[in-house]
Amino acid sequence: MNSNRKAFLAVALAVGLARSAYAADATLLNVSYDPTRELYSEYNAAFARYWQGKTGKTVEIQQSHGGSGKQARAVIDGLEADVLTLALAYDVDEVGKSGLFAADWQKKLPNNSAPYTSTIVFLVRKGNPKGIKDWNDLVKPGTSVVTPNPKTSGGARWNYLAAWGYALRQPGGNEQKARAFVTALFKNVPVLDSGARGSTNTFVQRGIGDVLLAWENEAYLSVNELGPDKVEIVTPSVSILAEPPVAVVDKVVDKKGTRAVAQAYLEYLYSPEGQEIAARHYYRPRLAAVAQKYAGRFGKAPLFTIDEVFGGWAKAQKAHFDDGGVFDQIYQPSK
Amino acid sequence: MSSVVLKRHSVLPGFGLTVGYTLLYLSLIVLLPLSTLAFKSSSLGFDAFWTTVSSARVVASYKLTFGASLAAATINAFFGLIVAWVLARYTFPGRRLVDAIVDLPFALPTAVAGIALTTLYSENGWLGAPLARMGVKVAFTPLGITLALTFIGLPFVVRTLQPVIDELDPELEEAAASLGASRAQTLFRVVLPALLPAWLTGFALAFARCLGEYGSVVFIAGNMPMRTEITPLLIITKLEQYDYPGATAIAVVMLVASFVLLLGINLLQSWSGRRLAA
Repeated sequence: MNSNRKAFLAVALAVGLARSAYAADATLLNVSYDPTRELYSEYNAAFARYWQGKTGKTVEIQQSHGGSGKQARAVIDGLEADVLTLALAYDVDEVGKSGLFAADWQKKLPNNSAPYTSTIVFLVRKGNPKGIKDWNDLVKPGTSVVTPNPKTSGGARWNYLAAWGYALRQPGGNEQKARAFVTALFKNVPVLDSGARGSTNTFVQRGIGDVLLAWENEAYLSVNELGPDKVEIVTPSVSILAEPPVAVVDKVVDKKGTRAVAQAYLEYLYSPEGQEIAARHYYRPRLAAVAQKYAGRFGKAPLFTIDEVFGGWAKAQKAHFDDGGVFDQIYQPSK
Repeated sequence: MSSVVLKRHSVLPGFGLTVGYTLLYLSLIVLLPLSTLAFKSSSLGFDAFWTTVSSARVVASYKLTFGASLAAATINAFFGLIVAWVLARYTFPGRRLVDAIVDLPFALPTAVAGIALTTLYSENGWLGAPLARMGVKVAFTPLGITLALTFIGLPFVVRTLQPVIDELDPELEEAAASLGASRAQTLFRVVLPALLPAWLTGFALAFARCLGEYGSVVFIAGNMPMRTEITPLLIITKLEQYDYPGATAIAVVMLVASFVLLLGINLLQSWSGRRLAA
């Protein structure tokens, strides 16, 4: 509660300061999640150039980053975001429920309103000493797996669902087997950090665990930062298609009169330049031409979507992550 | 009774005004936000409230949070007294520096403290590695949580005791000694009773601070359900599901429990203060 309020204050303060310093024709506030910091600082500059060329007007884009759920709550509580670029549709849904935009937001932009995607991969130590190749290696006794807590981290929910989907898709796979598989996997998790960066720290700095479950783009950043002599990426045989969605906050843009520029800001993410920037930051582009260019960078393993396997975020959240859901039952003492 | 008589004969005017101001200020700053807590959680209804606050996982977190906070406050009460005594009574080179170091846990962002402690005490850390060889695991266990809370709480005990020790006249101890008291008698019959009210306050402050601590603990706790989840983490967990009533329900329980404990310590303190005055 406390840190939440602090984060909100910090955002409010930063926005206030930034506002007094510039006098652009329009200002947008993009409320995003943690790992997109570098992506959007590059994209914002590109979009401002494009917008000035097209309309002759200047635009100033402010960024706010934090845990996806925390960011969504800040917007629900009154942070005036023009656009949301969050980690999962569930968080955007919740903002919509508060009345800031309609429930069909995901249909307003192409590709489920997700201009770039990612997936869940494994980060292992140099040389892969435990020989981890696929999901079923994670449940072996003696293998230690690091992932954040799905209850507090949006990213970790993708990890969990990817494992579940893998088990379901094995020959003879069913709900029961998937449950047993995920239970066995979490029995191998020694630490559940509250967020993705915390888990990366645990794995890399503390040297805990044989494998870290991570978003592909985060895994690449870790390899770049630490050098390929420390860690390497393993792509499992099948994984989930993570679709971080974007949305215009209708109520806010109508009030501020920024609808046109906010809409253009998100649409330009689908343009060749926007896609190029996303790909440079290790997000998978949607545009075939750009995907071709960066093909060597991304694994070819088949990816399933949350809609195919779980019937969408609302269902997945309720069945797996809400209180009393499957994840809780893994840790509930047997009665 | 004597304090009431004193107030009536105070030389300063404005009793009514200042009391009015106190009530208004406390209402705005403390009671109003807290009453919204009660209001939010009341939307649950009693049954749902009770199910939320009494589920096995939440109860396990109460035990951990109150237990670790109590342990940390107790450790600080003991060592904080020694630190305060040394700082108040002795002059030595570097005293000012040590004095300033005591305040660091106040000033440091708690997340920094948590990460630093985890780095130090995890199994590949400077202190964690030798401890692990001896079979003691610190990071990601309740012991690690207690350690973080001890770090956070130290200044509260030291800073409450220090001025009181400063005020404590060394002549009292000399008088006791010249009247034939042994060193132990002087300590236990003369010095400690005089410090007891401030000591209790310091303990209570440290304890209360620990109950609400989140930032430093989440890094060292490991957050394993039923084992190392502190209550504030469960509140965040509820918020992450947009379950505001559930989050506030747990918060209300924490609040009531803390209030009862602090009230108890306050009563104990005024009792010990009266005994001292008598």
